[in-house]
Amino acid sequence: MPATTDPPALTAPELRELYRLMAATRALDTAAVAWQRQGAIPGFAPQLGQEAAQVGSGFVVDRRRDFAFPTYRELGVARAMGVDMVGYMATHKALWHGGLYDPAQSRFAPVQAVVAGSVLHAVGWAHGQTLAGHDGVALSYFGDGASSQGDVHEAMNFAGVLRAPVVFFVQNNGWAISVPTERQVAGGSVAARAAGYGIVSERVDGNDVVAVVEATRRAFAQARSGGGPVLIEAMTYRRGPHSTSDDPGRYRSLEDERRDAGTDPLERLAQQLLRTGAADQAFLEEARSAAAADAEQVRTKLAALGPRPGREMFEFVYQEPTGALKSQAAAWRVESEHV
Amino acid sequence: MSETTIAAPGRTGADPEPAAPRQLSMQQALNLALADILATDPAAVVLGEDVGTLGGVFRVTDGLQGRFGAARVFDTPLAESGILGMSVGLAMAGFHPLPEVQFDGFAYPAVNQIVCQIGRMNYRSRGTLPMPITLRVPSFGGIRAPEHHGESLEALFAHVPGLKVVSPSTPEEAYHLLRYAAARPDPVIFMEPKSRYWQKGEVSTGRRGADGDLGSRVARPGKHVTLIAWGAMVARCLQVAELAAEDGIEVEVLDLRWLKPLDAEGLAASVRRTRRAVVVHEAPLTSGLGAEVAALVTERCFDTLRAPVERVTGFDVPYPSGDLEDEYIPNIDRILFGIQRVLEYRRG
Ligand SMILES: Cc1ncc(C[n+]2csc(CCOP(=O)(O)OP(=O)(O)O)c2C)c(N)n1
Ligand SMILES: [Mg+2]
Repeated sequence: MPATTDPPALTAPELRELYRLMAATRALDTAAVAWQRQGAIPGFAPQLGQEAAQVGSGFVVDRRRDFAFPTYRELGVARAMGVDMVGYMATHKALWHGGLYDPAQSRFAPVQAVVAGSVLHAVGWAHGQTLAGHDGVALSYFGDGASSQGDVHEAMNFAGVLRAPVVFFVQNNGWAISVPTERQVAGGSVAARAAGYGIVSERVDGNDVVAVVEATRRAFAQARSGGGPVLIEAMTYRRGPHSTSDDPGRYRSLEDERRDAGTDPLERLAQQLLRTGAADQAFLEEARSAAAADAEQVRTKLAALGPRPGREMFEFVYQEPTGALKSQAAAWRVESEHV
Repeated sequence: MSETTIAAPGRTGADPEPAAPRQLSMQQALNLALADILATDPAAVVLGEDVGTLGGVFRVTDGLQGRFGAARVFDTPLAESGILGMSVGLAMAGFHPLPEVQFDGFAYPAVNQIVCQIGRMNYRSRGTLPMPITLRVPSFGGIRAPEHHGESLEALFAHVPGLKVVSPSTPEEAYHLLRYAAARPDPVIFMEPKSRYWQKGEVSTGRRGADGDLGSRVARPGKHVTLIAWGAMVARCLQVAELAAEDGIEVEVLDLRWLKPLDAEGLAASVRRTRRAVVVHEAPLTSGLGAEVAALVTERCFDTLRAPVERVTGFDVPYPSGDLEDEYIPNIDRILFGIQRVLEYRRG
């Protein structure tokens, strides 16, 4: 456990905000799967069941000074950080790989399709904060499958040696496509590995949003105050398919899912709000209908987004394009746009 | 790591007064270039294996940590993907990283980060996250080194969208091309011909401007045939030109310098004059950069060419052990044979 003192408990307004964000994430995530089935988007990787881990961690990011490095499944983090969701969903509509939001402004790196591809970027960015004398913290997302990649080892070792202000946030959702954690993670715990790098770590119930927020806040406090990197392993469950082209029936049964998924994190927070009196039934209903309206708005705006002009293929390869690229662009225009 | 912080990135200091030209080895010229970059660009940082206390295994970073501090010139753990992946994050944080990979063959563990991340981040982010990274790679063969210390990776990197590739042939070129590369907003793979590190030449330190730093360079004018080369092969081609001159053959030597972008116009201008071209490189023949050069020359000079473009290159074999490297690297005889073939070629 990080040595810093515990941050103050979450307030009732904060808990209600977490519920709104999780409900909005759930609604958009569920809607996106439907849009794929309807042919409105070609593919999607749902985060169903990971709302507490994603919203709870993204909620802690300070957009004035921190920076998050997502994978391809961080819809809930994006939502919690206030990323433009139409721009975010643009990646799934195949409009632009990295999405159409502004990553620098959003403090949310472009959507990353290489498993473990951005973990080292987070360490480099974090070390940059040290060099520049800033107090920003990098938040690096990766999965149980990604933990097998050499880059994750390199990243954790670099971070440990440099004492970089980075929080590694592992969502252990039980699966890497079809391969379960027990056939992925030797020793059974990614968090346990951190000790070998001199990195403090913590395993949290990733379906308990309060536990996730508290652990992430502790980790940020430590990293921000020069205490070095922290690793959080949030134990959660990928309730949906790996992606809309996956067929989980080939590697797990509905019975397995019922047994392993545990309580739905959204439902869990709802019960907690009611039990503690932080919210009433009317609030929950209002949050859910706001979430549905939100998703509907994203659908309308996304539908209105046409393909990017072909010239953009050439426009962002370099800041200073080569002559060869310019002439290829010119030839493309003549032959494809007939100008 | 020292606790010292460095100035916020983004500002550029004034260049020191240009000194009178002096005789420097390429290693010294590169060291001077790095010192001048660090002195004038507060966002520049040098990182890699043994670049700090030791000053690099080739001493290219010698003394830099002492002068600029352990925050700006630092040793990383021994992991190439880590060095390049970390450079991506530093660039995203506003720095201008100058990573070193200790030897060419050890760029391979970092290829994922170089190709999938460094080459694409500007594109992926629609220009909002540029990658002003200059990756220095001691390159090519010729020093009787162990396995994986004599590789020529230019075709591999030139093939990757988003990267630029350059290789200097002299101390003067090394100083200026490194200064130029480090000031670019795009990633540049900087291939240092390690067999030339200790050769001296005159180096002028005033900046020579983009016109002087871009494109190819006629290293020796001639009218009968153009020898096209880069890196360590330029010096060898100059030797060949000297020998050929004794037989009355005037060889033009074109130092390509930039391997991406290739100077198609410079190539064409030279070959239009000489009407014959031989491209020389250390890398294996098949899908080597010589093929790209031959295609460009053929496209632009088809009507004036007197012979097909010849390629004198390494072979399609793993780079051999030191005892055999003289058999592998294009030598003077093989280059002369290449010249002879284009001179004696008859149509039909
Ligand atoms: C380097 C790399 N190898 C393979 C893939 C294909 N792939 C995409 S996601 C995935 C599983 C990743 O599992 P995990 O890290 O646990 O994340 P999750 O999908 O569960 O969120 C695989 C194999 C990839 N994108 N990148
Ligand atoms: Mg997983």
